[in-house]
Amino acid sequence: MRGILQRIQTLAERRLPALTRYRRAESVPIELHRRRIYIVPSGFGAGFSVLLLVMLVGALNYANNASLLLTCLLGAASAASMLVTFRTLDGLRLSHIHAGQAVAGEALELTLTFESARTRQAIRLDLDGQSIPFALSPSLAVGIKVHMATTQRGWHPIPRLRLWSSWPLGMFRAWSWLHPDQQVLVWPRPETEGPPPRGASDDARHMRLHRGDELAALRDYRAGDPQRHIAWKASARYSNLLVKDFEQPQSRPQWELDWRQLGGLDNETRIARLARWVDEAHTQRRNYSLWLPGDEIASGGGPLHYAHCMSALAQLP
Amino acid sequence: MNFNFFSKKKVEPPVGERVFDLLAITMLFVIGMHATHVPWWLSVALVMILGWRWWQRRQRDGSVPGWLKLPALALLTLAVIVHYGNIFGREPGTALAVGLLVLKLLETETARDARVGISFACFALMAALLFDQTMLATFVVALGLLPALATLRALEPAQAPIAFRHSILASGLLLVAALPLALLSFVLVPRLGSPLWGTPSNGAASTGLSDSMSPGDFIDLLTDDHPAMRVSFGDRPPPPNLRYFRAYVMWNYDGRNWRYAGGRRALTQPAALEATRSIAYRISLEPTQQRILPTLDVPLAAPAQASLRPDREVVADRPINDPVTYDLHSALHYRLQPILDDATRVAGLRLPDRFNPRTLDLGAQWRQRYGADDEAIIRAGLALFHDGGFRYTLAPAPLGRDAMDDFLFETHEGFCEHYSSAFTILMRAAGIPARVVTGYQGGYWNALGNYLLVRNSDAHAWSEVWLAGRGWVRVDPTAAVRPERVTLGAAAAAGDQEAWYRSGWIQGLQNHWDIVNRWWDQGVVGFNALRQRGLLTPFGIHDTDTTTLGILLAIGSVLFIGIGLAWALLRRQPRDPLRAAMRELERKLASRGVKRRSGEGPKHYLSRAARSLSAQREELATLARFYLELRYTHDEPPTESVKMFHRMVRDFRPAGVVK
Repeated sequence: MRGILQRIQTLAERRLPALTRYRRAESVPIELHRRRIYIVPSGFGAGFSVLLLVMLVGALNYANNASLLLTCLLGAASAASMLVTFRTLDGLRLSHIHAGQAVAGEALELTLTFESARTRQAIRLDLDGQSIPFALSPSLAVGIKVHMATTQRGWHPIPRLRLWSSWPLGMFRAWSWLHPDQQVLVWPRPETEGPPPRGASDDARHMRLHRGDELAALRDYRAGDPQRHIAWKASARYSNLLVKDFEQPQSRPQWELDWRQLGGLDNETRIARLARWVDEAHTQRRNYSLWLPGDEIASGGGPLHYAHCMSALAQLP
Repeated sequence: MNFNFFSKKKVEPPVGERVFDLLAITMLFVIGMHATHVPWWLSVALVMILGWRWWQRRQRDGSVPGWLKLPALALLTLAVIVHYGNIFGREPGTALAVGLLVLKLLETETARDARVGISFACFALMAALLFDQTMLATFVVALGLLPALATLRALEPAQAPIAFRHSILASGLLLVAALPLALLSFVLVPRLGSPLWGTPSNGAASTGLSDSMSPGDFIDLLTDDHPAMRVSFGDRPPPPNLRYFRAYVMWNYDGRNWRYAGGRRALTQPAALEATRSIAYRISLEPTQQRILPTLDVPLAAPAQASLRPDREVVADRPINDPVTYDLHSALHYRLQPILDDATRVAGLRLPDRFNPRTLDLGAQWRQRYGADDEAIIRAGLALFHDGGFRYTLAPAPLGRDAMDDFLFETHEGFCEHYSSAFTILMRAAGIPARVVTGYQGGYWNALGNYLLVRNSDAHAWSEVWLAGRGWVRVDPTAAVRPERVTLGAAAAAGDQEAWYRSGWIQGLQNHWDIVNRWWDQGVVGFNALRQRGLLTPFGIHDTDTTTLGILLAIGSVLFIGIGLAWALLRRQPRDPLRAAMRELERKLASRGVKRRSGEGPKHYLSRAARSLSAQREELATLARFYLELRYTHDEPPTESVKMFHRMVRDFRPAGVVK
């Protein structure tokens, strides 16, 4: 059933461009207006109108004007609610989209910022089976977070999002498609295990030998700290975890990661391995440089450097 | 691919506390509206179930277990069957429906349940109006729609927090906005000429005149202050002593009851009438469940959907189950049936054998004493009531088998029924054709609304006797005993204390209230197919048929939809005075040929303008600095400075462009 519907939709989009033109990608900001808002009665609305019809026929049959009057009132209120539903979406503005970072296979967080000149209630944003309800206050931008599923590294367009609302009575459902012309970069997925970079194992052994000597201080645990650095004995005396801080990251030899070292492997495997090394180097808070065909990144450390390297890997052909 | 349809059904989260509160209030309205015709113990039980469920849900979410629900359901059905005998029909059906609705609440957890509950609550509220369509009931039902709509609103996710009374208010606003369209469709929805299926009768529970009369029958009626009808007159109202509203004309007396023969009599032509003066009036009659339409004295013709019967009483084609309004002309000075045929004369003299022997003797004695002078006999009869020690009371002593003998010679007390009945029998015994007429007499003149309010307590019975040359003449023997009965009304004549609610300002309030009710009865409840057809009479269309109504309804709806759409599509730009001032400056500069390009920032634009208008470079530079400061150094630019900027822009006069 769903498959058939989708096929009809694809056909309609191909054959009736006028009907579906607003589903094509467009640049933000996107403001919803009457030509791109669709509205139909919801299931409840259809059921309720059947009930209203029954009440109407009953009132007419029994020549009961009081109930006829109220049936008309209820019917008119339901019809008026359609306009309110429409107004909930009309004039809504998607001002910008901020994309988070994620490696392929993990959900990527998108933050969509909506603005409105008036209060709007009970709007829902649908993407990949998620439905996020939100309300807007006048001239106050609201960032809505949705998660976008990723499978492959590289640039990906943001999928079509649906904004819909059945405010106020749930009898009508207005919706509009948002298809922002914006791409998000998905980082490559590091391989799960493999050899360390050339010359790295010696450093590790060297480090472990001198670990005790280089211990400078204890500090609070931060997400991402390696487990073996946790000072279990010291932690037992405090409420939070303490980590042994090794103060000399500089003393650690830096890694020189090079695409050319990985000859004989196919591109994706090379990228995945480099991604793992970059990841490890970042976790160990080690400086590293990265050589890629067409791009050379000088040695460095920290989250910006990491993001730079991962993005470079993601964009490899 | 998952082909299991059941697992696809998403588990809906339970509805919030607000939703449930509103739902419970809606149910309270439903129970309240039906409390008048559902047995009281059922109402109490349902309110208790509702309260308990509300309390239980406050403690924690979750529906009531099945072992509680099923017995409750069984108990409800059983109670309805025991009380009504079956579960079909209007009353038991309604009781069951209301009960089921409240029991449904026991398992209402999800949004879907709540929506179903609200839908059927709306239906039940409408159904309550089938029992009672007074203005008050309609208003209460309309109030009940507020929590219903508020529930639907509360079901929507993610709202800005809103106070309870505001959510009710918002629903009220929606209803008010919908009112014009509702009124339009109410007026224009084509009414059915005849019902599609049988309409229920309201049963004989309500009081009112009946087609038979025996002394003592009226007692319920005479103490009932509910309105029976309201009469407005085209001209001045007739004087109080002429306010006799005829309903039933009764010929047949069986020794105990007077009966209305109705259509059984062979004579079908209405009796001849020679009228010299007539009066136009309109009667709004409350439902009587009967077909008779009371008329002021003798009507000239029957209104639509009714017919004139032999004694010039008016009978509607269908029982009056809803308030009706009809226009009539009646004669005030007339000769009714001046020539009496033999069959009618015999009917007018017929008396049952072996009843009331002393009364019959008295009548015969009068005939002997006064010979052929019928009027003297009538005077004798009235004199008997006036001087014979008779007393007017609403609580007379009971009467035996020969009721009229007991009344005339033993108890000497009674009210209109006793007097009219006794008088008519005396006249018949004396050989004068006579009959009993029941209807209403008097009424309360509402000066504020210019109409006569006739209550059930104004029910009255009198006699008509036939005199050669004058036809049927009304004789009110009660007036001989108590003239106040005719001028003041039954309760006053009985010498009761003034009821507290009949005095002073309360009566003033009652007047107003009655006017509103009359307006409601005439304008809303009485707006039937007939009135609808005459809707366009002021515009020269005398018969508005269904097609015309449909077209008008369509036009009206389109008009309202247009208004609604205009509202929905209206886009108000947020007011930004700084931006407006800048626009003004842009307009001024554009008139000198310096147009702001799309995507051009204010700084670049104004410096470009300064280059073009070199004479005013300084001025433009100041404006640019000022604008940039206002726009970019404040979140919310101070109003004073913005005003100042606006003034500067206003004073700025761009000179000619220096190329």
